Amino acid sequence: MTDLGEVRAAGFGAAGVRDYVAILKPRVMSLVVFTGAVGLAVAPGHLHPVLAVVAVLCIAVGAGAAGAINMWYDRDIDAVMRRTAGRPLPAGRMLPGEALGFGVVLAVGAVLVMGLAVNWVAAELLALTIAFYVFVYTVWLKRRTPQNIVIGGAAGAFPPMIGWAASSGGVGWGAIALFAIIFFWTPPHFWALSLYRSGEYAAAGVPMLPVVAGPGETKRQMLLYTLILWPVAVAPTLLGVAGFVYGALGLLLSLIFTATAVAVCRDRTDNAARRMFAFSLLYLFLIFALLLLDRGGAGWV
Amino acid sequence: MTMPADKQRQRTIRARNRALVLVLVVLAALFYVVTIVRMTGG
Repeated sequence: MTDLGEVRAAGFGAAGVRDYVAILKPRVMSLVVFTGAVGLAVAPGHLHPVLAVVAVLCIAVGAGAAGAINMWYDRDIDAVMRRTAGRPLPAGRMLPGEALGFGVVLAVGAVLVMGLAVNWVAAELLALTIAFYVFVYTVWLKRRTPQNIVIGGAAGAFPPMIGWAASSGGVGWGAIALFAIIFFWTPPHFWALSLYRSGEYAAAGVPMLPVVAGPGETKRQMLLYTLILWPVAVAPTLLGVAGFVYGALGLLLSLIFTATAVAVCRDRTDNAARRMFAFSLLYLFLIFALLLLDRGGAGWV
Repeated sequence: MTMPADKQRQRTIRARNRALVLVLVVLAALFYVVTIVRMTGG
């Protein structure tokens, strides 16, 4: 028989509702929900509004589940880094098993509901995304290679494709274009952050590019990725998914993104990297907001 | 006599239980609505 005192000493019951919300990484989830919803809105086909809400909810819960499992696996390095030391697991407010169980139940639930309520193509993509984030990025790449967020970034790029599949029942070139925008946006976004957090990543033994190759090489690669984003950001217009106004504004935003990367290359302090990280969030939000407005405004052609 | 830490823990568990009940009720309502929509060909 389990002694209640032992259970309490082990920390069971210390995690509150806020802790359970926190391990779902709500800030990451908000971006995932937004890009997934845009993918759903711009895709060809029609989905009943209730099912569209269910699809976005499943994407959100699936992303949260992946975040919870990631926090379970990374609890040792989270304890070392100042930015993550206050999370429920390293702070001791939640037991590892609680986080893992919570994440797995949510992941299975999100995939099943997506399959039963919406369609199984979207469900399979959601399952693939969760598995990619957990096994490929978290377990395999994150602690082994400075290309961790380049390849692992695919997990964050899948949500608009899932939304697209939820609406259309398949995956078209438009979905691949939306995927590519996030895929090529991810490296400069994360490297901007890791430039001014490289000390913490080094202490935790995470081989981020600034830690392994130095800030000079990191800045050069960041600039390269922002240049790749020029044609990639315009691709939805070339593929007929969006109109010319989106294409022009998307190109303008990409030019500004490149300008922030140039500023990072010239700056010897962290200030430009911080500004670039902030702009990168705005960039992705505006690109997807423009796609949504473009569809709402019937093309703006 | 109950310790303040125990009271805090009980409050936390109670809040968690309420949140769980809320989630279950929302899920049941969601499944109900989804079933109706699917049955009507949505």
